[in-house]
Amino acid sequence: MEFAELIKTPRADNVALHRPFYPAVEGTLCLTGHHLIFSSRRQDNAEELWLLHSNIDSIEKRFVGSLGTIIIKCKDLRIIQLDIPGMEECLNIASSIEALSTLDSVTLMYPFFYRPMFEIVEDGWRSFLPDQEFELLSSVTDEWRLSCINKEFSVCPSYPPVVIVPKSIDDEALRKVAMFRHGSRFPVLSYYHKKNGMVMMRSSQPLTGTNGRRCKEDEKLINATLRPGKRGYIIDTRSLNIAQQARAKGGGFEQEAHYPQWRRIHKCIERFNILQESLIKLVEACNDQSHNMDRWLSKLEASNWLTHIKEILTAACLAAQCIDREGASVLVHGTEGTDSTLQVTSLAQIILDPRCRTIRGFESLVVREWLQAGHPFQQRCAQSAYSNSKQKWEAPVFLLFLDCVWQILRQFPCSFEFNEQFLIMLFEHAYASQFGTFLGNNENERFKLKLPQKTMSLWSWVNRSEELSKFQNPLFEANSLVIWPSVAPQSLQLWEGVFLRWNRPSKFLDEAQEEMISIIRYNKELQAKVNALRRQLAEMETDERMQENL
Amino acid sequence: VENVRLLDRLSSRKAALGTLYLTATHVIFVENGSEARKETWVLHSQISSIEKQATTATGCPLLIRCKNFQVIQLVIPQERDCHDVYISLIRLARPVKYEELYCFSFNPKLDKEEREQGWKLVDLTEEYNRMGVPNNYWQISDVNRDYGVCDSYPTEVYVPKSATAHIIVGSSKFRSRRRFPALSYYCKDNNASICRSSQPLSGFSARCLEDEQMLQAIRKANPGSDFLYVVDTRPKLNAMANRAAGKGYENEDNYSNIKFQFIGIENIHVMRNSLQKMLEVCELKSPSMSDFLWGLENSGWLKHIKAIMDAGIFIAKAVAEEGVSVLVHCSDGWDRTAQVCSVASLLLDPYYRTMKGFMVLIEKDWVSFGHKFNHRYGNLDGDPKEISPVIDQFIECVWQLMEQFPCAFEFNERFLIHIQHHIYSCQFGNFLCNSQKERRELKIQERTYSLWAHLWKNRADYLNPLYRPDHSQTQGTLRPQMAPCNFLYKFWSGMYNRFEKGLHPRQSVTDYLMAVKEETQQLEEELEVLRERLTNLQKSQLNDNKVKSKRQDRSKELGLSTSNNSLANTPQEYSNDLKSFPSRSPSQGDEEDSALILTQDNLKSSDPDLSANSDQESGVEDLSCRSPSGGGCLPSEDSGKDSDEAVFLAV
Repeated sequence: MEFAELIKTPRADNVALHRPFYPAVEGTLCLTGHHLIFSSRRQDNAEELWLLHSNIDSIEKRFVGSLGTIIIKCKDLRIIQLDIPGMEECLNIASSIEALSTLDSVTLMYPFFYRPMFEIVEDGWRSFLPDQEFELLSSVTDEWRLSCINKEFSVCPSYPPVVIVPKSIDDEALRKVAMFRHGSRFPVLSYYHKKNGMVMMRSSQPLTGTNGRRCKEDEKLINATLRPGKRGYIIDTRSLNIAQQARAKGGGFEQEAHYPQWRRIHKCIERFNILQESLIKLVEACNDQSHNMDRWLSKLEASNWLTHIKEILTAACLAAQCIDREGASVLVHGTEGTDSTLQVTSLAQIILDPRCRTIRGFESLVVREWLQAGHPFQQRCAQSAYSNSKQKWEAPVFLLFLDCVWQILRQFPCSFEFNEQFLIMLFEHAYASQFGTFLGNNENERFKLKLPQKTMSLWSWVNRSEELSKFQNPLFEANSLVIWPSVAPQSLQLWEGVFLRWNRPSKFLDEAQEEMISIIRYNKELQAKVNALRRQLAEMETDERMQENL
Repeated sequence: VENVRLLDRLSSRKAALGTLYLTATHVIFVENGSEARKETWVLHSQISSIEKQATTATGCPLLIRCKNFQVIQLVIPQERDCHDVYISLIRLARPVKYEELYCFSFNPKLDKEEREQGWKLVDLTEEYNRMGVPNNYWQISDVNRDYGVCDSYPTEVYVPKSATAHIIVGSSKFRSRRRFPALSYYCKDNNASICRSSQPLSGFSARCLEDEQMLQAIRKANPGSDFLYVVDTRPKLNAMANRAAGKGYENEDNYSNIKFQFIGIENIHVMRNSLQKMLEVCELKSPSMSDFLWGLENSGWLKHIKAIMDAGIFIAKAVAEEGVSVLVHCSDGWDRTAQVCSVASLLLDPYYRTMKGFMVLIEKDWVSFGHKFNHRYGNLDGDPKEISPVIDQFIECVWQLMEQFPCAFEFNERFLIHIQHHIYSCQFGNFLCNSQKERRELKIQERTYSLWAHLWKNRADYLNPLYRPDHSQTQGTLRPQMAPCNFLYKFWSGMYNRFEKGLHPRQSVTDYLMAVKEETQQLEEELEVLRERLTNLQKSQLNDNKVKSKRQDRSKELGLSTSNNSLANTPQEYSNDLKSFPSRSPSQGDEEDSALILTQDNLKSSDPDLSANSDQESGVEDLSCRSPSGGGCLPSEDSGKDSDEAVFLAV
């Protein structure tokens, strides 16, 4: 398909761009296969806006006489308005944008066309390989092995080719366990807590069904993670009620009788459409222009977004607590094990493992616990808060995770190597990107799409020093402790950086950030100067002493 | 009373056993056993309510709510003891005479001169001079010399030059409690001013020539503008209801060239109830997000805060942008008027955003103009209907502004919290009584100490590290976003949940930056010293230098020993300095927290001295993290806390 076919009017002049907090700008609008480009014609202060079509969530058009207005709502929650003279031009442009922003084939997406303008220092596709992760693990324990059972994605389509499992369980047993778990997602290692050797495993629900089916190998597998005489915890991310209902559809949960060494805890985290609805309501509340204070709080409350945040964080804290405080191993699962399960396992690691609070470590966490673990990004992030087409697979699962990370970051502002911008950047790229990282729903699809060969990895771009400097937290001081966030309502806040990003003036807050950076930079400079002078002095003094001695 | 248990509100598991003491001024709870005697001191004047709950098997629970939002839950084993404590506290918490208040017995060991010095720190005459009055338009009037005209006003009042004593007295007779229009803030740049008064006694049709002349005089004192705003900060309905009682508001037809404006701020009773409702939300045991947000909304608190801010913003805009003078009043002109005038001043004048300026502002708009501290904050036993968090709301407005303009204020959140604390504590004499007249009669300045001097002495603790006098946010008028700004007003957990440390961010950016700045200052000094030594050394070396070129080679050969030398005398010195920074450790907010952490971490070991050790450790570790060569790991401790665990486990 040629993109040109979709673009009937590639260019319009005298277009006015309206954004909140900026004066309207007049300029030229151009459409390309992947971008909407607006450039102001003013010579003195030329301004360009590049918007990926894939970032566009919905568009609305209005006409007043022959002046058409297009309102573009983006997946990053920004809303812009374009006034385009000429009804035909406006209609053409609107329909082109609509078509180009809803291409149904992945291979037509921008990452397949994007050619990087920067020098690639490190190929991000090879930055975080399971083997490296396993190497780290084997340096502290030999109870685990790397299994290639899923090499051809033959056992579990949503798992990566290699997974880490207990050494005592052979591939034959794994195959049997896979049959017993929803979507074949058998329990695999998610995290090993060096401090006490306890582990966190994740899987999908067991297929016990109504007649209480059991699987000896499954029991053996998860028991293999327990120390002799110790008990473990199974954290089910569904309410008991929902878990029981799941039995009717062939799913279910681990029965006490068959898993006597495990205590099951149900922590309800909501699913797809409820989360999606919550996001839509929240964004609506944030965009509400009325002056009524009461409406704001009740709308915020009605969106339930912060309730979801609290639920997810609480479950993650519970998992972390079981591991670190109770000294017990933990198995986390919900239904499919691709959404709430990953929220819990990844957040628990941020609480427990200081490595996950570094930039590199966090990237590795996203790769391991989200991309390789088979969170269906393409389904979940196809549309965002403004979309009209309600597909039932869309859900802000990853955004909720990032929001939870932000909440912890806010409570421990000195314990993270990255800043809020880093999290916002990941949010943006998960929804629309020039990079292939978040395309596809699992490793299997990525492999088939040949993403590593045909597209650029987000990490290749981020992990260059020019970019990294934007994402570094100036307050960071390595903190090797476990950090326990508070989940009280008073401690949780709306993530303004994302949800009010386009509706609040940020000048004064940005200035504060700059001030902070300059205070710390000045301190570091002085430190360097003092150290240099000290050294110089010491050298000279010895020198002198030497000369005196001579 | 012995064997009393102090309960932790967030976790029933964490109760401390100790002894309860009642003294003349404080309730003191001392924890048993622990090496570092953990004590909780509560001033009687802070107690807002005491509640005796039904006796249970474990004892008799006593709930003490404080005006600084601390809630203390005690369980006393014997019912009889509990009753005695209850009765004593009820009496002690409600003194009937000023002389019973703590400030009359509080002695910070300062001599007479220092005390006098302290009271001189804030000087309002100086402040009006700073604003630029008296001048061609404004003068000091001695009409209220002996509080003869208005007993709740100060003796020195600034009025328009053209307002004669006759006009002032005439106008005062036409105003509630004779609070005639007087100057609150004067803007040098454009002559616009903010004046304040009480409501006119206009009823349905009454007029007063002198009052009309008074307003005209105020307008004329601003030659750049041909009209004057009269802002009534009450809801219109309330103002109209007042007319039936012979009070009311200005009729635009009777006054030449005024523009009249209502700004609906609710009265003290509504505000009291609103706070009460919000505090109930704060006290919920483990509220869900919905409970909390719904309760917060239902309390209406933030809506009221926004109303006050909006009024302040309106006035600041009139003065700064339109160059129009404003007369502000409510009913008596000592609550809402004080809030609004001070918010407007704060927005207009960067001086009030400095530490000293803020003290001056409170002294000017609140203390001197007869805000009824004693009644509003219940220092002496009185009518509970008079109590209302009026200045608390102003303090919160400042905090909300600090959130929006992080670089604009010289002081930090702690400064505000401490001022709030001392408004209720009665430890200092500043906020005693209801008026200047009463304070003079009591000879407050001779018998008590000034809070401002106390805060000023400790000002290093109250600095905002992001403040820079030459920063753009510290210049000129602050212009907060007007619309849509609902979400700009946030719940202030630092104040209303201030004693629930677990709810707050576990690491403080402010403290961190303050420590960095302090270190920076030391580095600057050291740099100076080093440079000096270097120059001296260079001079002396130049004098008897023979082999210049060989120096570098040599020092390289001796690299090891030299670096040892230089290291030997410096880093230690640093760690000592650093140890004195109370808040340096990365995961430990303050001493209390770190104590908490330690009790957690050393569950296994019973070494009581660990707390001391670990404090040092974290200090030292910190240094290694900061120093360029650092990279040492912190001992693996957790900053965990019980309360949350309880929450997570509640399945």
